Amino acid sequence: MTRPAVVELVDVTRSFPGPPEVQALKSVNLRVDAGDYLSIVGPSGSGKSTMLNLLGLLDRPSVGEYYLDGVSTGALDEQQRAALRGGKIGFVFQAFHLLPHRSVLDNVLLATLYSGVPRSEREPRARAAIDRVGLNHRVDFLPGTLSGGERQRVAVARAVVGSPELLLADEPTGNLDATTSSEVMDLFEELNADGLSLVIITHDRAVAERAERSIRITDGRLLELA
Amino acid sequence: MRLSLRRRPAGDVVDRAVDGPAELDGPDAGQAWGAAREIPRADRFSLQDLLVEASFGIGAKPSRLIMTTLGTVLGIASLVVTVGFAQTAAGQIANQFDSVSATQVLVEPATQRGSNGADVATGRLPWDAPERVARLAGVERAGLIADVDVKDLTVTSVPVNDPSAPAVSSPTVVATSADLLAAVRGDVVTGRYFDAGHDARGDRVAVLGERAAEALGINRVDSQPSIFIGETPYTVIGIVDGMERRSDLLDSVILPLGTARTDFGVKAASELHVQIAVGAGELVARQAPIAISPNAPENFTVTSPSSKSDLRDNIQSDINVVFLILGGIALLAGGLGIANVTMLSVMERIGEIGLRRALGATKRDIARQFMIESVVIGLLGGLIGSALGVFAVVIVSLVQGWTPILDPWLAIGSALLGAVVGLAAGVLPARRASNIEPITALRGS
Repeated sequence: MTRPAVVELVDVTRSFPGPPEVQALKSVNLRVDAGDYLSIVGPSGSGKSTMLNLLGLLDRPSVGEYYLDGVSTGALDEQQRAALRGGKIGFVFQAFHLLPHRSVLDNVLLATLYSGVPRSEREPRARAAIDRVGLNHRVDFLPGTLSGGERQRVAVARAVVGSPELLLADEPTGNLDATTSSEVMDLFEELNADGLSLVIITHDRAVAERAERSIRITDGRLLELA
Repeated sequence: MRLSLRRRPAGDVVDRAVDGPAELDGPDAGQAWGAAREIPRADRFSLQDLLVEASFGIGAKPSRLIMTTLGTVLGIASLVVTVGFAQTAAGQIANQFDSVSATQVLVEPATQRGSNGADVATGRLPWDAPERVARLAGVERAGLIADVDVKDLTVTSVPVNDPSAPAVSSPTVVATSADLLAAVRGDVVTGRYFDAGHDARGDRVAVLGERAAEALGINRVDSQPSIFIGETPYTVIGIVDGMERRSDLLDSVILPLGTARTDFGVKAASELHVQIAVGAGELVARQAPIAISPNAPENFTVTSPSSKSDLRDNIQSDINVVFLILGGIALLAGGLGIANVTMLSVMERIGEIGLRRALGATKRDIARQFMIESVVIGLLGGLIGSALGVFAVVIVSLVQGWTPILDPWLAIGSALLGAVVGLAAGVLPARRASNIEPITALRGS
């Protein structure tokens, strides 16, 4: 037996009650295995946000089943979903979302707060994560003093500090210039090479093309690009 | 280092990359891919974590914090000042009409009807009773009086054996401690009152009440006149008057207690006179018997100025209603201020809220965080306001020469009231914060 898929969507439909009723995702099937590197592209309004919500356990499918790391998520209550989200999924956002009054270390530690990382391991792991993204020398800096690329690295460190199975990146290079984008993507790919499953939602064709698999959402349906 | 990020600590979950298939043999093979792990209690998001996170939220904008607490500070301060002055006034207003009786407390041994129909004292005032009560707050001076039974001895200034002289009733003899004169507000006309040294040594000295001195024909003491009780001589060292509380002392020969104990075998003092600060009557009346006899405070009866007065109640209620209404309004404004600023803070921190949700915080975690922030702001305002109020009462009392009277629960309770205001103010913002859609919040900015 091989290990189960990190993400498995089975006939997932998400509809928003109307009128008129809108089906943001229509009978979607998707499998992401451990170590996969996947990009999701699509025009705005195509269902990318809904997809991100579902994958990130921030929303529930109307119909269908979502297995995260082999666990059926449909029957879990809000508390369990929050715990699962904190433990299995790391998020990286376009706007970084670092807390401005907290140091880099504090920002990374924030992710260990809700995910149940043993207390004694929190700081060593946060420092290791900061080291991993190459920001050793910025540990006690405030985010306001960092460059865009550095901020996104802090966000990546925060995302991986809880040892997630899945890294969900939402337009991670949207606020960065081409050079910095490329550096951040290199970092993502290094993490992917270490076995982390990576799902990147993006507008940027250059970013999307770096992924091993690319999926296009159009009007709520998925199309796997060759 | 790379690996350490991907691998869970040993013993938690077996490393899947290396020996994944082997796991199937394990006892929890079915759970191998780990439904949400049971997180040990110590590693969950605890109250302490919550407080730390909330404190960062509160401390992020100090200037705003000051403005936010201002309303609560004013409201709580005015409540404390109003109630505090009402309590202080309880000691003042009535007393201005009779300041002597308002500053005098009398402690006597309680009496019980004995089997032979006579009253028997059930308690005994210890000789150091003045020192004991002097330590109480509000007590200014205290002195003991004992009646001296001189049997049928007469008190004379010159022992003359004149069978034809008319029988004169001799003045009564009492014994007091050295501080009594001040405690009953007597004045020295000439000479001096005896002191603790005379008392301790049992010196044969005496002080005369003014009328007794007149009766004995003594009007100056610089010639060291003597009086005789029976045949024992006592040097007169002073003449006193005043003593509004015990004007009978004007007709008495006053001896030091120690002398009376030695010469006449006085067993116990009969009265303890205490002079108190204006308004301290109730307090001293409650504490004095305990100070005198911790084991049996019920054995003493205390006569103290009453702080209850219709007049006072009337004046008080007029002042109170106005100030309480003002305080209530200020408090309401304070609560609205907190609600407003917390709401603003929720709106500003939408991104943070979304992030926390994405990192595994539940709606309840978010709601509690903002709730705590609001409560702490309220409590802070309450503490500052309460402190300011107490200071105001104390300083004004000091300037006016009043005794500040404040129930400690008033200070504590009003600080807590600030927290309650914060709690009420936080409900709406906290609910708003917990209902924010994480992805909308995270993609918005």
